[in-house]
Amino acid sequence: MFTPKPRQEENLFYLLAAIGGLVSAIGLAAALYMEHEGHVVTGMNNQIVWGLPHVVAIFLIVAASGVLNVASMGSVFGRVLYKSRAPLSGLLGIAMLSGGLAIIMLDLGRADRIIVAMTHFNPTSVFGWNVILYPVFYAFVGIYLWTMMERRMNPYSKVAGLATFIWRIILTTGTGSIFAFLVARQAYGSALLAPMFIIMSFSWGLAVFIVVQATMYAWNGMQLPPLILQRMKNLLATLVAAVLYFTAVLHLVSAYFAKQTAFEYFILVDSEFSGMFWIGQVLIGSLLPLTLLFHPATRAKVAWINLAAALVIVGAFFQLYVFIIGGQAFPLEMFPGYDIKSSFFDGTVDHYSARLPEILLALGGVAIAFTMTTIGVRALHFLPQDDIAELEAAIRITD
Amino acid sequence: MNKREAIFSAFPLCLCVSVVRFVPFALALLAVSPAPTFAGDGTRTDKPVIEIAKPGKCIAPAEEMRRNHMDMLKHQRDRTLRLGIRGEPVTLNGCIECHASQKTGSVLGEGNFCQSCHAYAAVKLDCFECHQPKAGFKATGVKP
Amino acid sequence: MTSPQTPDNARRKFIAAAGAGVAGLGFTAIAPGLHLMAVGEANAAPTPRKAGEPANPAVRWGLLIDANKCAPGCTKCIDACHTENGVSANLPDPRQNSQWIRKIELVDRRPGKTRGHVTQLPMMCQHCAEPPCVDVCPTGASMKRADGIVLVDRHTCIGCRYCMMACPYKARSFVHAPLNDQNPEVPRGKGCVESCTLCVHRIDKGQQPACVESCPEGAMTFGDLNDADSAIAKRIASVPTTQVRADLRLNPGVRYEGL
Repeated sequence: MFTPKPRQEENLFYLLAAIGGLVSAIGLAAALYMEHEGHVVTGMNNQIVWGLPHVVAIFLIVAASGVLNVASMGSVFGRVLYKSRAPLSGLLGIAMLSGGLAIIMLDLGRADRIIVAMTHFNPTSVFGWNVILYPVFYAFVGIYLWTMMERRMNPYSKVAGLATFIWRIILTTGTGSIFAFLVARQAYGSALLAPMFIIMSFSWGLAVFIVVQATMYAWNGMQLPPLILQRMKNLLATLVAAVLYFTAVLHLVSAYFAKQTAFEYFILVDSEFSGMFWIGQVLIGSLLPLTLLFHPATRAKVAWINLAAALVIVGAFFQLYVFIIGGQAFPLEMFPGYDIKSSFFDGTVDHYSARLPEILLALGGVAIAFTMTTIGVRALHFLPQDDIAELEAAIRITD
Repeated sequence: MNKREAIFSAFPLCLCVSVVRFVPFALALLAVSPAPTFAGDGTRTDKPVIEIAKPGKCIAPAEEMRRNHMDMLKHQRDRTLRLGIRGEPVTLNGCIECHASQKTGSVLGEGNFCQSCHAYAAVKLDCFECHQPKAGFKATGVKP
Repeated sequence: MTSPQTPDNARRKFIAAAGAGVAGLGFTAIAPGLHLMAVGEANAAPTPRKAGEPANPAVRWGLLIDANKCAPGCTKCIDACHTENGVSANLPDPRQNSQWIRKIELVDRRPGKTRGHVTQLPMMCQHCAEPPCVDVCPTGASMKRADGIVLVDRHTCIGCRYCMMACPYKARSFVHAPLNDQNPEVPRGKGCVESCTLCVHRIDKGQQPACVESCPEGAMTFGDLNDADSAIAKRIASVPTTQVRADLRLNPGVRYEGL
């Protein structure tokens, strides 16, 4: 793999940081433009009210809490392998959450009033809960990072890790519940969504972690010990399979309910979303990575495992696109047993195509996460330092 | 109102809020620092010339209105919208009826009542994002 | 089904308790949201409310729409609504325009004698007693007034559109572009969500909603659902009426006849 020389390395870092900063700035400019002109410049409308920005933001937020699991495995469950990776996972968690929240907040119709979201609180709103969940998440992760990176605070890192772990479970429950508490639309309103979002976050978070870790090792001209990769790969495979399992259960149950069959037919068979579901989510995002992770020819090779992790991330975007956009494109069933039509496009399947401002805003959020990670990794010690002998001993014991 | 404020004051969240609230002030400070007030020969910027279309008695002395109109309007808006109380002495439409310019019929626009003073004081004027700034305006709407 | 009273509030209370629980995990105290002042008063006649008097919680304003009388091709109620409330529709993508009220055409596809039967009806905010939009609003901008009218407080609406996701009637619109042709009595603006206000500014003056007044067929009846002597309550008590999406038990204030 490509490893830069020290001189090149410095230049490359500044180049990456500059690109990240530039894309973030373009995203911000796009948000200002949307704010000034109104959402008329986007592809979102009164039927598809949440678009591409929400798909990307929810990916970042869900994966942000999932990536922290690497840390929890170390601190809470005492796995030596993951302990040295905990600081990096904390940094990624903060960076991705920041990117995701930036998108959500900048997409608001009245982003200038974001303060109102903090001064006015409605206890029945899952969105309202999230306004509390996110800042506390930042605080917990911040304290957790401090206990890990400041030697004198090390004894407290287990407690901090446990608190962070519990909070991130609550946080992802909150994210899943945004959809679980919607009675109106057929795609949502299922209690399964909260645990499903937690499993999704485990899987996507780990995939992001593997990709970032691989990049960092390559950057420093190091080879990830095969032992470690083997462990992470097995965990990723389990999680990808678990997400697939949840998806299958969700759709099977839904397809059985007579009032949902039309929607399931729409998503799974007859719409622009069915291709994304089968090819994007199931094939590219689940089956292909599973094959790469288990096939004798690929399962021991770093490059293939990294590719599998990257495919899981691609699949995640397809999954959220089908879930969020597909769920809204299907018309509301107000009068079962009737064909319905109106000047407001009742009874018609809507089609969403993202326009430039919202695409730039979404990319800007990703760039914020990227820039924060790049600078954080460079400025502080986040590269995992493994004591291989200790690791091997630990693994012998736990097995 | 009171209950709402009670929640608010009980919230440790207000800590976060005050930090965030500080941001606009910091930004405003940056924005204001090269303002004409301190620029050039050291003289103050001229006070805005405000045309009052219908001179007469306001609901309170000018001094009080100048200082408190925002709070009066804010309390009235919550009472009217959330509680449904109508016919209060303070109404935004009441302000507009008296203070709209005779030429343009609006309280917005250069030299007109609301905008000129808010521009002078560098305070964002948010009312007319939603409220109609013209006196006696008849909405027509369009067929969908 | 036809009972106009507000049913139990169990669902709302449950969610509120859960919300308080979440809040409690991070913070010490939480109190329930704003409660409107309860003024015990006898039946309110459709007379203008006196100055300084809040909306009467004993009243629940509602509409009864007779779909049998609604004439095909007639859009009088829509025109009247959009004129009264200054709702304009001039965006290039019609899906981005606001519609406070719309005409829906239904073709019966159920097996039986009525198969193929075509019905018209106007659809708007159903002014639920248990409005999901109010439950989900993070800032409490989506609110129900004491007399049952569901409104958006645009002073605190941040434009997140969660209420639009939650509404089973597609009753809400998001203002996608700047406006300057508002009715002085009906403020509305870019970046906020809006919907039918039941012409709250007219009701408070003792008038009927614009759509009701404009209907040449007299297909719409407006009145107090809680007043057993009102025309609307009497009619609901005597003929079969329908709540749209009755399965959700939102107890809408708008009822339909002839469905």
